[in-house]
Amino acid sequence: MIEAKNLTKKFGKQVVFKDVNFKIDDGEFVSIVGRNGAGKSTLVKILMGLEKKTSGEIEMDHQGRIGYVPQFRNIDLDYPLNIEQFMRLNLKFTLNPQKRRKNNENVQAILKQTNLLDLKDRPLGLASGGEKQKAYLAQALVGRPQVLILDESTASLDVDVKVQLMDLVQKLNQEHGLTVLFITHDSDLTKRYTKRALLFEDHSVESIGVDEISEDMFE
Amino acid sequence: MFGYEFMREAFIASTFIAITAGIVGVFVVSRNMSFLSHTLSEIGFAGASFGILIGISPLAGMILFTLISSIAVGSLSTESSRREASISAISSLFIGLGILFLSLSSESSSYATNILFGSIVGISSTEVHQLMILAIFVIVVLFICYKPLAFDSFDHIGAQASGLNTRMLSVVFLITLALSVSIGAQIVGSLLVFVLLTLPGATARYLVHSVPKLLMVSVGLSLAGVWLGLYLAFVTNWPVTFFISAFEVIAYFIGLSYKNWKLSH
Repeated sequence: MIEAKNLTKKFGKQVVFKDVNFKIDDGEFVSIVGRNGAGKSTLVKILMGLEKKTSGEIEMDHQGRIGYVPQFRNIDLDYPLNIEQFMRLNLKFTLNPQKRRKNNENVQAILKQTNLLDLKDRPLGLASGGEKQKAYLAQALVGRPQVLILDESTASLDVDVKVQLMDLVQKLNQEHGLTVLFITHDSDLTKRYTKRALLFEDHSVESIGVDEISEDMFE
Repeated sequence: MFGYEFMREAFIASTFIAITAGIVGVFVVSRNMSFLSHTLSEIGFAGASFGILIGISPLAGMILFTLISSIAVGSLSTESSRREASISAISSLFIGLGILFLSLSSESSSYATNILFGSIVGISSTEVHQLMILAIFVIVVLFICYKPLAFDSFDHIGAQASGLNTRMLSVVFLITLALSVSIGAQIVGSLLVFVLLTLPGATARYLVHSVPKLLMVSVGLSLAGVWLGLYLAFVTNWPVTFFISAFEVIAYFIGLSYKNWKLSH
């Protein structure tokens, strides 16, 4: 469970959000929507411990077990690691043969789950946008997260690839009880995959049903 | 060739330098720190000049200056956008200081040439032992930090998301980089030590696709460069640095051509 109580974040005198309260239950698939600069990414940074809250509380049952899938990463054409090795970056170092075998099995299972088994040897720099997003997702899953944050992950993808990726995330949510926070500007995907959204607006946050979502909330 | 003690010493020292530089170089390139390693080698020159001026060894002076400046850069900012400006500001000051120290000291200009361009004849047994200890220290630190450092170097965003202390990792790496610059400069000189710290690591990226393999290829290229360089320098009496840099540059372009060829097939 993730619970914010009177959470406030300011940068100097500029208020990002003030006295925000919300609760996300384990296994929920929630959209986080709002205009650019409304504070969505700031909330993610606070959850990941990269930004400090100004005041209030943010409680998480699974501190540190977050998988983060952003829209962009610093992966250029010359990036050397292949998809499997990129995933393996998130494995803990161990010399224990049993743990190593378990890690290998886990990596192979995730490759299969994310439909990357045939692409595992492809250098990530040469992968398509959709394949890269799947690789980011696969790497996040290697860390066995309880919470998965998709930060505009579908923004630069073709419609078919978006749906493929979101189907995959939905399956993980339904079969493994993974909590998913889906930060997006895409109202269609929000309505198709989630039941409710946290709307960031006017320095506050409101929980709304996806039926209440309109295009002007994103612009 | 190995009948000469100075060549034996130079080979032992170079081997340790090449292994260290080959490992550190993989992380230098993946962390986009080639510019910093170049600047640190210039700062190392200032440190060596300072050592000569106050009567301590040039190696000790180099370590002092490169450590202070790398930690200064690290504490000013670990964000790459601000880092470049910080590095330029710090390096300008240190290069100026290096020139001042050399002009104030009574050593001849050949001493300065050795610091800048390296030398295979100037290494004593004591210095070889110092280099070995420092090289082993750097390798052990990198081995201990290997997993988190690899994660942070090849995927900074992922490493941050997984909760790693990336700021601390950056400082630890800067310290190992400073030490690598200082020990590497003893053979190839402070002006060209960055060749060993960047090119083998950069070439490896065109050839292999996992971190352990990158490390192996980088160390291999680095070792091949210094061994071949020492042999050719001994035979021709030309500067060792020329042969090392020529080998590493040729290997780099062969690697690049191989990658382009593979992409087109």
